[in-house]
Amino acid sequence: MEKREVVAEVEDLVKSFGSRTILKGVTLQIFKGETFVIMGGSGCGKSTLLRHIIGNLKPSSGRVVLLGQDITDLYDEDLDVMRKKIGMSFQSSALFDSMNVADNVSLPLREHTKLDKSVIDIIVKMKLELVGLRGFEDLMPSELSGGMRKRVGLARAIAMDPEIVFYDEPTAGLDPIVASVIGELIMDLSKKLSITSVVVTHDMKSVMMIADRVAMLYEGKVLEVGTPEEIKMSKNGIVQQFINGDHDGPIKFFQQKDDYLEKLIQ
Amino acid sequence: MKLIENIGKGVFDLYRNIVDILALFFTTIWWIVTGPFKGKFPSRTSVFQQMVFVGVQSVVIVFFISLFTGIVIAMQSAYQLKQLGAAIYVAPMVSVSMARELGPVFTALIVAGRVGSAIAAELGTMKVSEQIEALETLALDPVRFLVIPRFLALLIMMPCLTIISDVVGMAGGSIVGIFSLDLNIYRYMTFSFDMMTWKDIWTGLIKSSVFGITIAMVSCYVGLNTRGGAEGVGKSTTMSVVISFILIVLFDCLITGLFYFSNI
Repeated sequence: MEKREVVAEVEDLVKSFGSRTILKGVTLQIFKGETFVIMGGSGCGKSTLLRHIIGNLKPSSGRVVLLGQDITDLYDEDLDVMRKKIGMSFQSSALFDSMNVADNVSLPLREHTKLDKSVIDIIVKMKLELVGLRGFEDLMPSELSGGMRKRVGLARAIAMDPEIVFYDEPTAGLDPIVASVIGELIMDLSKKLSITSVVVTHDMKSVMMIADRVAMLYEGKVLEVGTPEEIKMSKNGIVQQFINGDHDGPIKFFQQKDDYLEKLIQ
Repeated sequence: MKLIENIGKGVFDLYRNIVDILALFFTTIWWIVTGPFKGKFPSRTSVFQQMVFVGVQSVVIVFFISLFTGIVIAMQSAYQLKQLGAAIYVAPMVSVSMARELGPVFTALIVAGRVGSAIAAELGTMKVSEQIEALETLALDPVRFLVIPRFLALLIMMPCLTIISDVVGMAGGSIVGIFSLDLNIYRYMTFSFDMMTWKDIWTGLIKSSVFGITIAMVSCYVGLNTRGGAEGVGKSTTMSVVISFILIVLFDCLITGLFYFSNI
């Protein structure tokens, strides 16, 4: 197998909030140009893991390497240098309410580059064209639908031509058609701009559609990493239950009956 | 045992909050001092926008509250002074108390209620809807981007509003003086200013600047530390007003004491 360039690496990452340990030793490698999906149930630490990779959270122990630089102990201006090379699309889009679509997309360009306003306007139009929203420049975020907000968020994430784009639940809360449009868009951007994509999701349909490789996160640990086909063929009961969405299986959603009775009487 | 635990936790939380808010204050000052050299100052438009919101749009409410305050002080003091046959002293009574005390404090309370709550609600909503995190991810410092324009706007506009409040309060007092106490308007006005020293005015303006900084820091800090969705935003809004009110009165007491005992 050819040796591929690693753009992001997580080593034995542990994160605790108070007495609760969310991530219990996660190790991952993300290669250049691929679409890497981190999947897992709600509350398994997917978003927390993502926030560690982009440096917004600091690990309790372990190491994060992004684009060849150890960002575990980077703060403020040093971290900002790294942040200019990545893009992030948020679960709730996180558009700035007080700015219109064009200003939202152009904000990083206006702040970090010395480009002329006319050039920035052209870049904004190009980015909005990529996400299929040309002509919506003057609308305010409150006037957009959920799917459109996601796409504007995406346009903002790629405004600075990042090397890696991170997506936090890109399809959550969208109807199936819009969800697949967004999935299509993510693949499109990866191909057109040849950027690395890291997607966090629990939406199995989009996982199978967009992923080059998938990591299954369960109870703060990586259970399995592989191509979607390999994951589908997995012999691991937990992975199988998650893919098929079975109610019964090794993942216990309900507590034992005896325990329940005891708790009720207590 | 539980009680002691709670008291201990309360004291610890208070201590941590005070440390954090001071840290925010010094970060803000640091940005203001070093920002222009690094070319990373907030855009002039954003500062002006905040100045319009803080200052210009507060003028009407400051006007009415100061006017009626002036009228009330004039009536209340006339009630006492008339018995001594010294009704003319209503004029300096109003002007000096407006300039030294009521102008700065009432303006600060109005601005804390109108502007401080709005800042806390706006930043709180931005926090719970991931917008603050989005700013950080775009390598934009929330302090530079959000706190500094509000801080500067409050610092600049509070003394301006206080001057308006002082003047309007004196005008309110003069209404009572002219129409009820039969004082000559010219005499009323000259007597108002004759009895007032420069110190009365600049101590009032220093107070108002301190109040402006207080409101900015409290509302930004509370807003940026909002947690827990819509309910959290509501709590932050209330909290910013309550803490600002308490601190305004506390600082008022301290600064007045400082000027009173130090004989500056």
